[in-house]
Amino acid sequence: MGVTPSSVPRSALGAAAPVPWWRNRRVIPWLVQGAVGLTVLVVVAFLLGNLIRNLTAAGLLLSWGWLNQPAGFDIAETILPFQASDPYWRGLLAGLVNSLRVVVAGLLGSTLLGTLLGMASFSGNALLRGLTRLYVEVVRNIPLLLQLVFWYFVVFLSLPNGTAAIQLPGVVLAKSGLYLAGFVEGLRWMGPHLVNGVWQAPLRWSVEFGALLTGLIAYTSAFIAEVVRGGIAAVPKGQWEAASSLGLSWIQTLRQVVLPQALRVIVPGLNTQYISLAKNSSLAVAVGFSDLYSVAETTLNQTGRAVEVVLVLLGTYLALDLFISLLMNGLNRLVQIRER
Amino acid sequence: MNPLLRRLRHDLFATPADGLITVALLAVIGAGGASFLRWAFSQARWAVIQANSTLFAVGRYPMDQQWRLWLLTALLAAATGITWGMLRSHPRPDRGGTLWPRNDRIAVGLLVVLSLLLPWMLGLSLSIQLRWLSITAVLVLLRWLAGRFGPQLPAPFKRLLPLGLPLLYLIGMVLIGGGLGLVSVSPSEWGGLLLTLLQSSFAILLCFPLGVLLALGRRSELPLLRWGSVLYIEFIRGAPLITLLFLGQNMLGFLLPGGLAPERVWRAAWVLTLFAAAYLAEAVRSGLAAVPRGQLEAARSLGMSMPQAFTSVVLPQALRVALPSMVGQFISLLQDTTLLSLIGLMELLGTARTVMANPAFLGRNAEVYFTLAVLFWCCCAALGLGSRALERRLDPAAIARSG
Repeated sequence: MGVTPSSVPRSALGAAAPVPWWRNRRVIPWLVQGAVGLTVLVVVAFLLGNLIRNLTAAGLLLSWGWLNQPAGFDIAETILPFQASDPYWRGLLAGLVNSLRVVVAGLLGSTLLGTLLGMASFSGNALLRGLTRLYVEVVRNIPLLLQLVFWYFVVFLSLPNGTAAIQLPGVVLAKSGLYLAGFVEGLRWMGPHLVNGVWQAPLRWSVEFGALLTGLIAYTSAFIAEVVRGGIAAVPKGQWEAASSLGLSWIQTLRQVVLPQALRVIVPGLNTQYISLAKNSSLAVAVGFSDLYSVAETTLNQTGRAVEVVLVLLGTYLALDLFISLLMNGLNRLVQIRER
Repeated sequence: MNPLLRRLRHDLFATPADGLITVALLAVIGAGGASFLRWAFSQARWAVIQANSTLFAVGRYPMDQQWRLWLLTALLAAATGITWGMLRSHPRPDRGGTLWPRNDRIAVGLLVVLSLLLPWMLGLSLSIQLRWLSITAVLVLLRWLAGRFGPQLPAPFKRLLPLGLPLLYLIGMVLIGGGLGLVSVSPSEWGGLLLTLLQSSFAILLCFPLGVLLALGRRSELPLLRWGSVLYIEFIRGAPLITLLFLGQNMLGFLLPGGLAPERVWRAAWVLTLFAAAYLAEAVRSGLAAVPRGQLEAARSLGMSMPQAFTSVVLPQALRVALPSMVGQFISLLQDTTLLSLIGLMELLGTARTVMANPAFLGRNAEVYFTLAVLFWCCCAALGLGSRALERRLDPAAIARSG
C-alpha cells in the first residue's frame, strides 16, 4: 500500500486540502453498499451456476411438466377427493387443503382455550391462577414435536376400540378415529353407531388428525394465554376498580370493560402466534397426517424434483403467512381506538 | 383467626363460586396425580431408560473412544466450578453488595444429591456412578477454591480467564470429532443428548453475531443493506423450519460444487444457525429500537467512530434490553433441534425412535417420551432462570442503588 495520505498529519496538508474520496461522507455509503452488493451477487451467481450445472448433469433442469403425471400414491384422509391415478398437482392441493383444515381448526381451538387460560390467570382463586401458570410453564418448555408424538403414540393410539370406546353424546372417541354426529342425506340427524363392531358416523376424523390438532391447540394456547395475559395486564387497574364500583361482576367487567381495551395489545401478539401455528402444522408428518409438507416429501422421493418441490413448499407457506397477516392487520384496524 | 387460615380463605374460598372451583380443581388434581403415581410406580417399565441410558446420552459413539467424552464432561465441570466460584466472589449489585446468599449453598446441595441419586436410579454400574461422583466433586472443589482464592489472583490473569471458555469449546470439538492425534469419530456416530447439545450450542454461538449484524443491517440507512436484511429475515421467518431443513438436506448438494457439500449433521447445524439468526435479529432489533437516538449522537459527537459507538455505547444497552427475548429464542432453538429427527438425525428424539423400534421395548412410548420431556423441561427452565438472574444483575437501576 505504501504511505497513504491518511497517515500524513492533517495539519501538514493545510486547511484547504481536499478530503480523500474514500473518506468522503457521500462516497462511503456507496462504497459499503457496493462491496456488500458485489459479495452477495458473487455468492448468488456461484450458487445458481452450480445449481444449473448440477441439475443439467442430473437431467433435472427446472420444469413443471411432472406436475401433470399420475402421482401413484394414496392419501389416507382428504376432503378433496384424491386417488393414486390423479396427477401430482392434485395431490399437493389435497395436502394443502388438509393443512388448511388443521390450521383453521387449530386457530379456533387455541384462541378459545388460550383466551380462557389468559382470563383465568386473573381469577381471584389462587389455585386456578397457579394451575394456569403451571400449564403455561410446562407446555412452553417442552418441544412441540415431543408433545405431538406423545399425543399420538401415547394418548390416541392407546384409545380402546369397539364397545369399549369413549362415548359421549354425539361423539365417540376410538382408536379407529373420532366419530361425530351430523346430518345425513334428507337432513336426518344421525349419531355414531356400531355396525359389526366398527363405528360408523356421518363425520369421521382420523386419530392422526385428532392428535395433531390436540397437540397444536395445547401448545399454541399456552402462548396465546401469555399474549392475552399481557394484554389484560396492560389495562390500567383503575378500569377494574371503576367497573366493580359500578356493580359489574368479575365476568362482566372482563367482557365489557377490560377485554375490549386489551384487544388493542392482544391482536398484534395473536398475529405472531397464528403464523407460528400455521408453520407448526407442517409437523403433521411426525404423526402420519398427510398435510402439504408430507405430500411434498413423498412427491420428492418419487420424482427427485428437489428444487421445484422446495419452491412450491416455501411459496405456499409464505402465501399462507401473508394471508394470515393481512387478515390480522384488518382486525387490528377494527380494534384500535378511533379518535375523531 | 389464624393468619394462614385467613389467607387460605381469601385466596381459595372468597365466594361460594370460588369455593366450588377450588373443590373441583382439587378433585381433578387428586385424581390426576393418583393415576400418574399409579402409572409411574406400578405400570411403567423404566428398564427401557436404564438399559439405553448410554444410547440416550451419546448415541452410537464408539465404546473405546468414550473416555474422550468423560474427559470433556470433567473439563466442563471444572469450567463450571471455576466460573461459579469467581462469580460468587463478586459482590452482587442487586443484593446490596452481599455475596451470594443461601440459595447458592442450596444449589450445591441439590447438585450433590442429584449426582448421587440420578446415576443410582438409572442403574449405572458402580464405576460409572463413581465417575459422576468424582466429576461433581471436581466441580464443587473448584467452586470453593475459586471463591476462596479467585479474588487474590493478579488482575491480568483474571481478565484473560473468560477466554478459556471459547478455548474449551474448541477443545471439546476436537475431543468429540477427533483430529490432533485422536481417532476421528464421524458425525454420523454422534447421537442422543450429545448431538442435541452440540447442535444447539453451535447454532446459538454462531447465530448471535449473524443476528446482530442482520439487525444492524435492518436498521441501517443504506437501502441495499436494509432491503437485503429485510428480505432475508422475512424469507426465513415465513418458512417452517422443517421445509428449510428439507431444503438443506435435498438442495445443498445441488447448490455447491460436487463433493463440497458438508456432512448431513453439519448441513443441519448450518440450517439451524441461519434459521435462528433471522429470529435473533428481530429480538436484537427491538433492543436497538429501545436505545434513544441521542446515545448514538452523543457517542459520535465525542469523536467515536461508527463501529466504536455501536460496540461500546449502543449495543451494550440494546442487548441488555433484548436479553429476555434472545434467551427465549435460544430456548426455542433448543426445542427445535427435535425436528432433526424428522430428517433422520439421531438426536434425542431420533434416538428415542430407534429405541422404541427395538422389539424388546415395544410400546414403552410413554416412559421414553416422559423422560425426554423432563429432560427438555429442565434444560429450558434452567436457561430461563439463568436469563432472569442475568437480567437482575445487569439492571442499571439495581446497580445504581447499590452505588
